[in-house]
Amino acid sequence: MTLPESDKQPVRLRVNGESIERVIPADRTLLLFLRDDLGMTGTKCGCEIGECGACTVLLDGNPVCSCLVLVVAVDGADVLTVESLADGDNLTDLQEAFLDHDAVHCGFCTPGLLMSAEFLLQRNPEPTELEIRTAISGNLCRCTGYVQIVEAIQDAAARRRAKAP
Amino acid sequence: MKLYPQHRRVDGIGKVTGKAIFGADQMPGHLLYGAVKRAGIPHARIVRVDTEKARNCPGVRAVLTAKDIPGAHGFGIVVPHQRVLADDKVRYFGDGVAAVAAETEEQARFAAEQIEIEYETLPTISSPEEALKSDAPLVHEGSNLAVEHRVRHGEGEKPPDAAVTLERTYRTQHAEHSYIEPEAIVAWPAEHGGIVVKGSVQNLFSTRRSLAAVLDLPLNKVQVIQTTLGGSFGGKDEAMTLLSCRAALLALATGRPVKMVNSREESFIESYKRHPYRLHYELGADKDGQLRSMQIDILADAGAYASTSQFVTWRSTVQATGPYRVPWVRTRVRAAFTNNNYTGAMRGFGSPQVNLAIESFMDELAEEVGKSPLEIRRLNAYRDGDVTPTGQQLPGKVTIVEALEAVARASDFERKWRENRARQKEAGAIKRGIGLACSYRGVSLGAEGTDAAGTLVAIQTDGSVTISSGITDMGQGAQTAMSAVVAEALGISLSQIRFLNTDTDRVPDSGPTVASRATIMGGSAAYDASIALRKRLLEFSARTYRGDDSDFRLEDNALWRCDERLMSFHEFVDKAFASGISLMALGWHKAPKTTWREEHGQGTAYFTYVYGANAAEIEVDTQTGQVRILDVWVCHEVGRVISYAQACGQVYGGVVMGMGYGLLEEYYQEQGIPRIKNFDEYTLATALDAPNIHASFLEHPDALSPIGAKSLGEPATEICAPAVLNAIFNATGRRIRELPASLERVLLGRQLRRHGIRTSLAKEAP
Repeated sequence: MTLPESDKQPVRLRVNGESIERVIPADRTLLLFLRDDLGMTGTKCGCEIGECGACTVLLDGNPVCSCLVLVVAVDGADVLTVESLADGDNLTDLQEAFLDHDAVHCGFCTPGLLMSAEFLLQRNPEPTELEIRTAISGNLCRCTGYVQIVEAIQDAAARRRAKAP
Repeated sequence: MKLYPQHRRVDGIGKVTGKAIFGADQMPGHLLYGAVKRAGIPHARIVRVDTEKARNCPGVRAVLTAKDIPGAHGFGIVVPHQRVLADDKVRYFGDGVAAVAAETEEQARFAAEQIEIEYETLPTISSPEEALKSDAPLVHEGSNLAVEHRVRHGEGEKPPDAAVTLERTYRTQHAEHSYIEPEAIVAWPAEHGGIVVKGSVQNLFSTRRSLAAVLDLPLNKVQVIQTTLGGSFGGKDEAMTLLSCRAALLALATGRPVKMVNSREESFIESYKRHPYRLHYELGADKDGQLRSMQIDILADAGAYASTSQFVTWRSTVQATGPYRVPWVRTRVRAAFTNNNYTGAMRGFGSPQVNLAIESFMDELAEEVGKSPLEIRRLNAYRDGDVTPTGQQLPGKVTIVEALEAVARASDFERKWRENRARQKEAGAIKRGIGLACSYRGVSLGAEGTDAAGTLVAIQTDGSVTISSGITDMGQGAQTAMSAVVAEALGISLSQIRFLNTDTDRVPDSGPTVASRATIMGGSAAYDASIALRKRLLEFSARTYRGDDSDFRLEDNALWRCDERLMSFHEFVDKAFASGISLMALGWHKAPKTTWREEHGQGTAYFTYVYGANAAEIEVDTQTGQVRILDVWVCHEVGRVISYAQACGQVYGGVVMGMGYGLLEEYYQEQGIPRIKNFDEYTLATALDAPNIHASFLEHPDALSPIGAKSLGEPATEICAPAVLNAIFNATGRRIRELPASLERVLLGRQLRRHGIRTSLAKEAP
């Protein structure tokens, strides 16, 4: 018995600012590329059908479920994951707000939520509660009931506005 | 005592930076991947298993069946009959028959598919009612009756005469825990023989016992370590034991580490669910609604294996009458084996089902006697010193009325309830409703079993502290709660504490982390360790710096003599260590005694109780059947709040899980075949569905808890669904007696179902 082999293709991506060149099977998803090929396990695998949002990353600035993206289809793209947020020990105001509001319980959905929230705050510095809830409605969380997550994003937005020139 | 300190979680930073290591994030070298060949049919005798093709597949290093298991084939906390790999029969669709280890996950999964199994098909038992028919085929030898509990309270064979009688039947569904992290494990052969297993395990000591029996090893050669756990809600017990045993067998067979991670579909198909119940309630009451009697008959679907059905249904038995005085009670709760997914522990553990019934039933009684839901509960609710149907006088302060009044006041319940009722017949598609529900709940394990836990506190010479415990964190915040207790007792800040994930080689067996017992048991053990350390340190300071022990105290990261700050905590513990003082202590807490006499269903079932109430305000779209929950007011009496933010978090998450149970979630099987396998059809509430939640707490520090705290995790989720169903009645005048209250049930009064396989489903398993 032989396992059907997928064609391999070369790809070039920027992942968290770093240029990456690899030859990978054509059916490799971005999620598995990040986790298994690059060893970046911050991005989580929850359902593999784009329902739970735990694998959310920013692809050319837009939030996507990385489990639904084939790497060869986004050759040349710029990818940002949860690992890109903090600068060493310096957390972003969004990460700080998540901790201050106890928006992190088990933490499995957190990386995806942070990326969805980061996208929102970059586009909309003063989001309403409904805009926040809409922005994270593709990220399932079973622990928190979302209340503290919404509070944290509101607070992060306020912190950024306070710092803005 | 500090009130409501705001704590950052001790395990928070790794979780916001992506550095926390969850089960599937482990990437040791020389790793093999494991995969399972599953039954794919609900009930059959295994005639032949042919692994030849699989063995010849690329990358395959081992293919194992039941005959390769060196020790016990089965495990289980009550009946050890759940097979690691099926030997004689398959009893549900998700049963595993063979396991494969290969160089890559793809190779392992491919090889597993090549395993050929010849079956002799047996009839499928798809409901507990079918299972108990006299001519039903047996799932296990003996009987399909898995459990039967009874409670008898009050004299005489017949219930006392009553002016009002009422009889209703309610039904609940299979629910899936839906932890966002699927089950994951890595197993390594250990250096002196034995095995190390590390992953998303909730109850490490139960898993270790099963591993030891299956591998035929002593407990001291089986090490189970917890990785950061991505949610569990009761679900990562047997499901993880199964995965751990298979990975361990493969690791020992190949001499290499083996990783196994369930896909979401595998998790749905294989893992246990919340028990579906059919609940038949009868009552007798005075004409004003004062309860005189209750007769309760409950039948649960245990599924294919015994799991914890014994205990789940026992909690239902004890709490079936709700927090109400009933002079005459007869309760019978049974569970039967079927060929459905086995059912077991899920947050609430037998309480959400009975609460759905009794809290709906109380509203139906109120309707019958012309009272409001609040009035009927005020009239019947337990007060201080009341006796439960199991003959137990409730200890301490009984706060059910206090909790009810709190949510009723905060939600303006009485006014809204009367206004909504008056508006039912008015024009307009959108109707408003408000509903009430309350519960009492036995704290911790009760008479289920041994109830003790240990926590180890180790002060380092630089003043930092490590804590480890047999009680685990799965996202509920147990590590932070225990740390808060230690920080308070030693007068240090939480940032000095690092909590180590649980490792069975390093901490005492503390029983399972279940039954909302983490804070009260692990926290009390942490308190025990901290006060032992504090006493030791203050005696040392009194000897060294002259004075009475009582002159000294630890506060603000320093040692104080009366009002004089002598030195920093760091400097002090360094000196103490230099003088040969041990800076490590093991705390142990044993719960007060409980008793149970099964034949009469009488005893001190739990050593203490918590009380809570919810009020839910909703809108019903009478043209679509959609129910939108606007606000939920919540009040829980928890003894003492250890961390306010975390307590609120338990309430928020619990309410939304309860809302999903009430409105959205149902795992269903057709003749034993799962029809829901992922979150596309198993709908969890999103941020747009979740209501506003107003949490409040009553604090009466409990004398039976060294830290005053009791329980919250499960109480928080067990009464939202009945509050919502009662609100639907208030809005529409129509009573829904079956969960979930889906659009179809609200609009048409019945559930619509998709039959057969959905062709668009990408991954038809197995």
